[in-house]
This record gives sequence, C-alpha cells and structure tokens, in this order.
Amino acid sequence: MYPELGQISLILALLLALLLSVVPLAGALTGRDSLQAFARPLASGMFVFTGLAFAILTHAFVVDDFSVAYVANNSNSMLPWFYKFSAVWGGHEGSLLLWILMLTGWTLAVAVFSRKLPSTMVSQVLSVMGMVCVGFFLFIIMTSNPFDRLLPNIPADGQDLNPLLQDIGLIVHPPMLYMGYVGFSVAFAFALAALINGRLDAAWARWSRPWTTVAWSFLTIGIALGSWWAYYELGWGGWWFWDPVENASLLPWLSGTALMHSLAVTEKRGVFKSWTVLLAIVTFALSLLGTFLVRSGVLTSVHAFASDPERGSFLLMLLGITVVGSLALYAFRAPVVHVRSRYGSMSREIFLLLNNVLLVTATLLVAIGTLYPLILDYLDMGKLSIGEPFFNTTFSPLAVAAGLLLGTGIFSRWKKTDGGWLARKLLWPLALSLTASVAVILMYGSFKPWAFAGVFTSIWVAVATLWDLWDKSASRQGRWYGLKRQSRSYWGMVLGHLGVAMVMAGATVVSNYGIERDVRMVPGDSAMVGDYEIVFTDIGNRRGANFTAQYGSFDVFLDGKKISELHPEKRNYPVGMSVMTEADIDGGLFRDIFVAIGERISDDAWAIRLQYKPLIRWLWLGALVMAIGGFLAIADKRYRIRAKNQVKVADRDTRTGDAQAAGATS
Amino acid sequence: MKRLLLFLPLVIAVGVGIFLAAGIGKDPTKLESARIGKPVPAFSLESLNKPTQLLNESVLKGEVALLNVWAEWCPSCWDEHEYLMWLSKEKGIRIVGLNYKDQRETAFSFLGRLGNPYDEIIFDPKGSLGFDLGVYGAPETFVIDADGIVQYRHVGVVNKRVWEEVLLPVIQKAKGNS
Amino acid sequence: MRYVQSAFLLLILCASGVQAEVREVYDFDTRAEEQRYQNLIVELRCPKCQNQNIADSNAPISKDMRDQVYRLMKNGATNDEIVGDLVGRFGEFVQYNPPVDKRTILLWAFPAIAVIGGVLIVAGVAMRSRKREEDEPALSPEEQARVEKMLADKDQ
Repeated sequence: MYPELGQISLILALLLALLLSVVPLAGALTGRDSLQAFARPLASGMFVFTGLAFAILTHAFVVDDFSVAYVANNSNSMLPWFYKFSAVWGGHEGSLLLWILMLTGWTLAVAVFSRKLPSTMVSQVLSVMGMVCVGFFLFIIMTSNPFDRLLPNIPADGQDLNPLLQDIGLIVHPPMLYMGYVGFSVAFAFALAALINGRLDAAWARWSRPWTTVAWSFLTIGIALGSWWAYYELGWGGWWFWDPVENASLLPWLSGTALMHSLAVTEKRGVFKSWTVLLAIVTFALSLLGTFLVRSGVLTSVHAFASDPERGSFLLMLLGITVVGSLALYAFRAPVVHVRSRYGSMSREIFLLLNNVLLVTATLLVAIGTLYPLILDYLDMGKLSIGEPFFNTTFSPLAVAAGLLLGTGIFSRWKKTDGGWLARKLLWPLALSLTASVAVILMYGSFKPWAFAGVFTSIWVAVATLWDLWDKSASRQGRWYGLKRQSRSYWGMVLGHLGVAMVMAGATVVSNYGIERDVRMVPGDSAMVGDYEIVFTDIGNRRGANFTAQYGSFDVFLDGKKISELHPEKRNYPVGMSVMTEADIDGGLFRDIFVAIGERISDDAWAIRLQYKPLIRWLWLGALVMAIGGFLAIADKRYRIRAKNQVKVADRDTRTGDAQAAGATS
Repeated sequence: MKRLLLFLPLVIAVGVGIFLAAGIGKDPTKLESARIGKPVPAFSLESLNKPTQLLNESVLKGEVALLNVWAEWCPSCWDEHEYLMWLSKEKGIRIVGLNYKDQRETAFSFLGRLGNPYDEIIFDPKGSLGFDLGVYGAPETFVIDADGIVQYRHVGVVNKRVWEEVLLPVIQKAKGNS
Repeated sequence: MRYVQSAFLLLILCASGVQAEVREVYDFDTRAEEQRYQNLIVELRCPKCQNQNIADSNAPISKDMRDQVYRLMKNGATNDEIVGDLVGRFGEFVQYNPPVDKRTILLWAFPAIAVIGGVLIVAGVAMRSRKREEDEPALSPEEQARVEKMLADKDQ
C-alpha cells in the first residue's frame, strides 16, 4: 500500500513541476501577477510530495519490505538499522530520488530566500528550476521507479547492500555531493532567467553569487568525503584515482570555482557578463554530465551504478535538451557589446580572468582526458586508458600555475595595479615562501623538482593570503579591531585560499614523500615504514553482524615506544559473496600509518601493505576549510535584507589604487 | 560576427553529445584481444584426460575451432556449458577446451556432471597459456581459424544470442578465407 | 596522487638501524630496483577490475601480471619492454599512460594550447581596454538607473 502512495506522490510532484515550469513564466512574460503568485506554493508543494515519496521509501527499508524490488536489491534483514537508512540512496533509483529531493529542496530555498527580488525574476528562476525538475521526475518515473514491486514472488530476504557502501562515509558523501551538483542548478536558473529577460547585469551577478558559493561549498565537502572514503574503505590507501566518476565530480567543481571568481568580477565591475553566464550554464551542464557518466554505463568505474542503456539514452536526451536549449538561448541572447569600462593590464580583473583561463583549461583537460577513450573507441582507433600518469603530468603544472597566480593576484587592485608597486609588494612574501619551502623539503628528505614546486606554491598561497590580511587589518584602533572590521566575504576568501594551500601541501607531500611497502609477514615479524616500526602480533577470526573476518593485530612503535595498535581485517560478506579489505589507520595531523592485509601467501605468511602517509589529512581538512570559507562568505551582510552598502558596481569613481573594492572578492 | 562566436559552445556540446550517444549500450568492460590476427602462442601443456600426452599449438590447426577457456571454480562456466554441449553435438563445431587454473579432480567432476563438449582439453593449472593469450577472466572463447590464427575473442558467457550474432559470422568468415 | 613514494633515501636511513627486516613480497637487490618495480605496477591497469592498477587490485590476473613484471625485470628487460610485453598480451588498455602518437598528440598538447590561447585572448582583452576612452562609466546611464532601482527594491 505505502509504496503505491510513494509512486502517486512522485506523479503529483511531477504535475506540480509541470505547472511550475509554465505558469509563473507565463505570468512573468505577460506581466500577470496573479500567475506569478503561484510560483511559491507550487515550489513548496513539489518539495512536500517529493519528501513524502522519500519518506515512504525510507519506511520500506526500515520495515524490510522486500516486495519493493529496490529494497530487495539493496538491503537485507540482517543489515544494521543505520545502514538501512543510508541504503535508501545506496543504489541507482534511491540515489536518484535523493537527487530530486535536493533539487526540489533548492527550488524551495530559492522561493523562500528571494522575497526581496523582483517578482518577475523570481518567477522566471523558479520556472526554470521547475523545468529541470520535470526532466528528472520523468526520468525517475519512466525508467527508474524505486517503488517497483516484486509481486507476487516476494523474496524472503534481500540481496544486501554492497559492503563497500556499508560505511559512515557513504551515509554522508552522496548527499553532500548531490547538494553541490544540484545546487548549481540555481546559478543556472538565474543565468537563464537573466538571458530570457535580457537583464544580465551586476544585480544578477550579486543574486547568483551566494547560491553558487553555497553549492560549491557542498560540492567541495562531497568530493573530500568521497576521497576520504576511498582512502580508508577501498583498502589500498589511495585518495584520488582519476577514475571517470571522480573526474565527473571534479568537472563542475573546477568550472564552479571559475564561476565564483568570474561572478565576483561581474558583480564588482559589471564586466565579462557573457563569459560569466556561459560558465553558469556550463557548470550545471557538467553536473548533469557527471550524472550521465555515472548512471549510463558508457565508462567503467569503481563507483558507477549498474549500466542500463535505456536509462543512458533517457539521461542523454535530458542532458541534450537542457544543454542545447540553454546554449542556444545563450547564443541568441548573450550580449556581445563590450562594456566600456577600463582596466589596466595588471588589474584584478585581468588576474581573475587569467585564473579563469587556468581553471577552464583544467576543466577541459579533465573532460577531454575522461572522454578521449570513448571518442577513440568510437572512431575505432583502439581502446586506450588514460589514468594517473597522464593527469599527474598535465594537471600538476596547471595547479602550480594557478597557485602562483593566486598569490600574486591577491595583492592586485581593481581597475589598475602599478607593476613596480606590485613587484616590490611581492618581494618579502616571495623570500619568506622560498625559505620556508626549502626548510620543509629538507625536513622531508630528498629534493625533487615537482615536490619543491608544489610545496613552494602552497606556502606562497598561504603567505600571500595572510600577508594581505595583515595589510588590510592595519588600523589605528589596533590589530584586533582591524581584523574584526573585515567583511565576512573577505574572511571567506582568506579561508578559501588557505584551504587551497592546505590541499596542495597535502597532495604534494603525500605523493612525493609517502612510503608504501608490500611485505611478507608472519605473526611475530616486524617491518619498518619510515621511522615507524610495525609489529605483526597476531591474526585470528572475528564475527560481525553480517560478515566474518580475519582480524589482524599490529603494534606500531616509534623510537621504541608503542604508539598504537591497529586491527586491519579481511571481511567476508556471505550474502553478497564478497570479500572486503578493511584497512586500519593510525591517523594524525602530520602523518597516517596505514596497514592492510593482502593475500595469504602460505599457511602463516601474509602479504601486508604498510604505508606512511605524511600530511594526507591536510587534503580533507583543507577542503573543509575551503567549504567553511564558502559558508562564511554567504553570511556576509551584503547578501542580507538590510544591506545598506553602497552599490560598488555603480561606482563611477575612477580613483585608482583604492583598496576599498578589494575587500570583497572571493 | 561576434554573435557567431557565441554559437561555439553549442556546437561543441552537440559534438560531445554525438560521441556520448554512440557510447550508450556498449559494454566498456569488454576488451578486444591483442592477439587478433596473430597465431596462437606456442605452448606445450598436458592434456587434461591423458597426463602423459603433451599438447601444443598444432591442436588448433587444420579446422576452424573455438578455444573455450573454462574452470570448475568459474560460475559463468557452469551457465554456458549446456550451450557448448549443444554446439558440439548438434552443430558439430570443434571446441578445444583450455582448463584454466583448475585442478584435475574438480575439472573431471565438472565434466562428469555436465558432459564433455571438447575435442581436446588443454590442462593449464598455472594459467600460463591463458596469460599468453591475454585471458583476464573465465569464461572466454576464442575463434581460431584453420591456420591457427586468432580471429576473435569473446569475453563472458556463450549463449544463443552471442552465438548467432557474434561467433557464427566470425566463424563463417574464417571458413570462407581458408 | 602520485603513488610514487620515492623517499628511498629515508628508507635506507631507517633500514640501516634495523636488524632482521622482513622480506618484501617480491625481493629486490636494490631500493632503486624496488622503486622501479613499484612505479611500473601503478602504471598498469588491471584488465579484469578495470579501475584499479595492478598494484592495488586483488584480482588473480593482477597477481599474474605483477609476477610477469617482476620476472621480466629480473631478466633485465627495460621498462618499455615490460610494458610492451603486457600490452602485447592484453592490449593497449592496460597502459594507464597513453603513448604519445598520432592519436594522442592532441590530448597531450591540449593543456599547452589552451593556456597559450587563453593568455592571448586575455592579452587582447587587456589591450582593447587600454585603448578605451577614459571617462566612460562601467554601465550606461539607463543600466545604472535600473541596477540602483533593483537593489533599492531589495532593500525595502
């Protein structure tokens, strides 16, 4: 009974989405307020019914209703109760429902938080969101119904959730990731609305900015969680594999980062509008592309859902309509006239434009690297693999260049920056960063050009960011007052950039100075990784709720002192007949010790993988710092109702070198 | 003129879309064998049935044959076996078996239960010939022409659809050439 | 990112202080050789599980491939010969590092082309902006008025 109600809810939500995509837009175009007034109630209703459907699916999991095919495929009566919740989004259908729930949630959020916007704008934005919703409701109802029943042959028990997914990481990773993916639909809707009514101006940029930033922050957390989850759960200690699905999440992140910066220029200076609006469209299109890649089966991946050509075709159609429609609108409506505003060749505008060049190159690089094998295969030119070595060689220089540019650009000003002044300004930070990087490299041992480049870049970014903060916070009323006076969006930028520095430092150090050993050990043996001695004390059996495991015991010593005890496992899940390597990690701010059990070599000897991972936590902490920066930036006063700030866009003042405008870029 | 430039993203997107559309429905996990057009690698391995008899690459010459890689431990091999029996008995196809990383006793019990469709069975407990052939997971089925040249490799179960749509055309072509 | 953990200097330093060090799963004469082996196996893709390199994969075929890499290394083969041998068996697919050739030159050259192209465009934008008249405002007066009105609406 309940599952049918779930299905009915979805259909009702679809009908509301259809109305939402037509009625308010018609109202806006014909100037009828009565029609526009429907926008908010429709958005709320759509969210309520989707939420209801989601709750019903969750209920089916909790009560072990195996008559529902999706539950039977992704759950089991033995599954611990908390995984029954997360199993709701453990497969294709349920995760799609979560995706849609978030889409309707964002739609509702736009309806709620945009009361101060012109009503025509709100109507158009909500209608565009409605159209996106229609597409996805059709997709789930027609190809991926989570409420399909297995009648009359109800299985006695379910096939269990994939053991890889029975983990805290899975409970939070997909929701965060989807929040990010879907969140970019708001920036997309604003862009389309602006194109429709031809008002692509600074006000549009200001309204889009917080939505973009918040979606980007969620996506950042989502990607970091995915990386963290892969690190400890997939069992071999890697944190980024350049797997197609990972690349798919990186694509909107990179272009979203470009978009945030470009929006800043458009808001502050009213320039690069056509470029910014294109980025807004492309970013959401890349989110959809990611969804397509994961769910269509055109590429293999460790994370992909089971492939189904029918779903693939439908999604591609959806993607095609969205992208072709929006880009066609763009081609006809985007302004081509150049804004008559002046900026020098060393101005902040130009620095941010260069930042966009690098970020967009990185986006395209990842896109091409991911799709190239598909294209070659189509042209019958062989099956190639493009993996880590390729991306490491090509992506790292771009990251370094972006970091070097960032550290320099922080000191630049809007409109015009004096070259000589900038060079002098950079001198001390440069000297400081060089010294610090040499010290860091010496501490870790050998000199390697790329390790040095990476370490230098991250220190350079951090030093420049803090230096600028120091400059800005100088005040006659004392340092503390000066720091407090900085706007939240400025603090957001500071944190965002410090986060970047942390991620770069972590990535560089762990890739270059990590140690990995595959050793043959019998209980009683000891082995060294770096300065750490690992003693294999014992291996035995253990029984978990829905698995049995070989349970190893290892002691970790540093300078003869025992610092921790690790228990990696090899788990056997009988229901799905799968074996999982469960590594154990002694984590720390500056290093992780990672132990995993490999294959059994002889009766008592095991292949054991030991790893020393310096600074690996900085990757995820850095991402967290970036995301906090994002959330802080949107809490800025400017975005709140009582914003009585002067409109800097309209600033006709041509004085140069005025630092006032520099305060609010992120 | 500038307006035309704005159409560029649209054109690129449509181009990418065509490639994506072409990718739908293809199974990216299936790889073409690197040995196609090359002779079966030289080997000298025991026959499964007669441990004293050594088989070499000449068992795959003289007639177009299927080389089926199987093992008792491989679940899909159990699935396809009935169809192989049918091919051998009803269609008179010469099938050579490659018993891959298996043990004699388990292999015999497998054949004892499901029957033996193979003209010869190469016993490859270490998987050395399998490795030379680029076998990455049983079952795999190679089409070998009369000169002992690899013409095709199918990864996965052989069933009616695979036989009619994939293997039969290749075999007919191979027969036509020799 | 780079699995390449080359701190073998560090390893030598530590190893000298320890007695009865356990054996690696594969035995090597020198650390450099072991390093070379590690670098090779992370660049080879497992044909079975497909999204793992053979260093990380638990599939039996990956073990066979690691054995082969080790055997060939011990026989004195060069890296290219080793990769070539495995490509000859399993196809180009197993090579994570695409070779530079006619098909892939566009792929490899893309970042350089894009960055140079992008910088040229930015340079063009900057030049054009320099030539503009000094006094013109960022927005036309009508645009200006509209922005102010909108933001004023928002403030109500």
